[in-house]
Amino acid sequence: MVTLKIDGREVQAEEGKTILEVARENNIYIPSLCYHEEVTPYGACRLCLVEVTGNGRERLVVSCLYEVADGLKVKTNSERIAANRQMIMELLLARCPNNQAIQELARQLGVEKTSFKLDDNQCMLCALCVRVCQEVVGVSAISLVNRGVDRALATPFYEPSDVCIGCGSCAYVCPVDAIRFEDIGDTRYIYWPNNKMEFKLKKCKTCGNYWAPEKELEYIRKQANLPADAFDNCPDCRE
Amino acid sequence: MPTKSKPAKPKVKAILDSYQGDPSMLVSILQDVQAEYNYLPKETLTQVSQDLDIPLTRVYSVATFFKAFSLKPRGRHIINVCLGTACHVRGAVRIRDEIERELDIKPGETTEDFKFTLETVNCVGACALGPIVIIDSKYSGQMKPDKVKTLLESYD
Ligand code: FES
Ligand code: FES
Repeated sequence: MVTLKIDGREVQAEEGKTILEVARENNIYIPSLCYHEEVTPYGACRLCLVEVTGNGRERLVVSCLYEVADGLKVKTNSERIAANRQMIMELLLARCPNNQAIQELARQLGVEKTSFKLDDNQCMLCALCVRVCQEVVGVSAISLVNRGVDRALATPFYEPSDVCIGCGSCAYVCPVDAIRFEDIGDTRYIYWPNNKMEFKLKKCKTCGNYWAPEKELEYIRKQANLPADAFDNCPDCRE
Repeated sequence: MPTKSKPAKPKVKAILDSYQGDPSMLVSILQDVQAEYNYLPKETLTQVSQDLDIPLTRVYSVATFFKAFSLKPRGRHIINVCLGTACHVRGAVRIRDEIERELDIKPGETTEDFKFTLETVNCVGACALGPIVIIDSKYSGQMKPDKVKTLLESYD
């Protein structure tokens, strides 16, 4: 265990944890967009920045990546932090001016408008979906491709992915709702910012409802070593 | 249309073998594949992913990240026009324009006969010789727009 101070408050923390994790454990709010406790931190959005003092010098660090240490002093709010966060928020807002989640967060951080040239994206490239798809689902159907101003979220070659199972975890986890899916009749549609895919849904043997993508069920069935008929019925019709 | 290069898989296999199928050598492997085919054909990326047992997303991300990699067939000769600061102030833009006009392609494009691909770079560290045009690995310094035509004609 290490002892550190966050906003003047002394807290105990397990070694190896990050400042953001420890702050959350102690109900101290730090804004974030790309952090999720289930996956490896990535440091993409930079909103979680805080000020740390070590060796008498104050520096800005990204709290979702910075590990706690004994005697560390952390500030989660200061003029400098606020100014930097606002600048980051302005940049995000310029990239995604029509995204509601980003507009909302900007307002919370006191940013009404951006002085940068407006683009029109929904995705802010935090790669949370990429990490969840790979680390939680275990599939890796999408990733960030190209670089610089052309950086984008896409499947390889912008073509329908062979490995995607249509589970929709990417849409579920997206912090700014840039990915959507919908089930219409016997088909699921997944819409990523740059391409889309269709999946056949499985029909329940008993009630006849379409309830989940066949590929997803097949994937789960194999992973869990279940018998071939394990998903013949939807959860409602299963005993 | 040019004839599409066939998925001559044994070549990729040999390259992968020379790295003992080590996934951490991905960039070097792709460099060798590109040296073999002069670009990265789609099937080779799929094969690299399968044989190294890494997701295709990762191979594709790396292949699209580095400017040195191309997913489209490229010309027999690669022209690089330096647009770095020193070359720029000495008129590199006019050189580029002249090459564009001469070949009727823009940077990043390849001529229809697959003879030339035009690229730009930002400083190659030979500023004193600027403006510089590099074709394949040959440097031509102190370029002038009216020398472009002769230079290009010396390639076949
Ligand atoms: S939450 Fe730390 S950089 Fe996004
Ligand atoms: S600017 Fe062209 S070589 Fe440096």
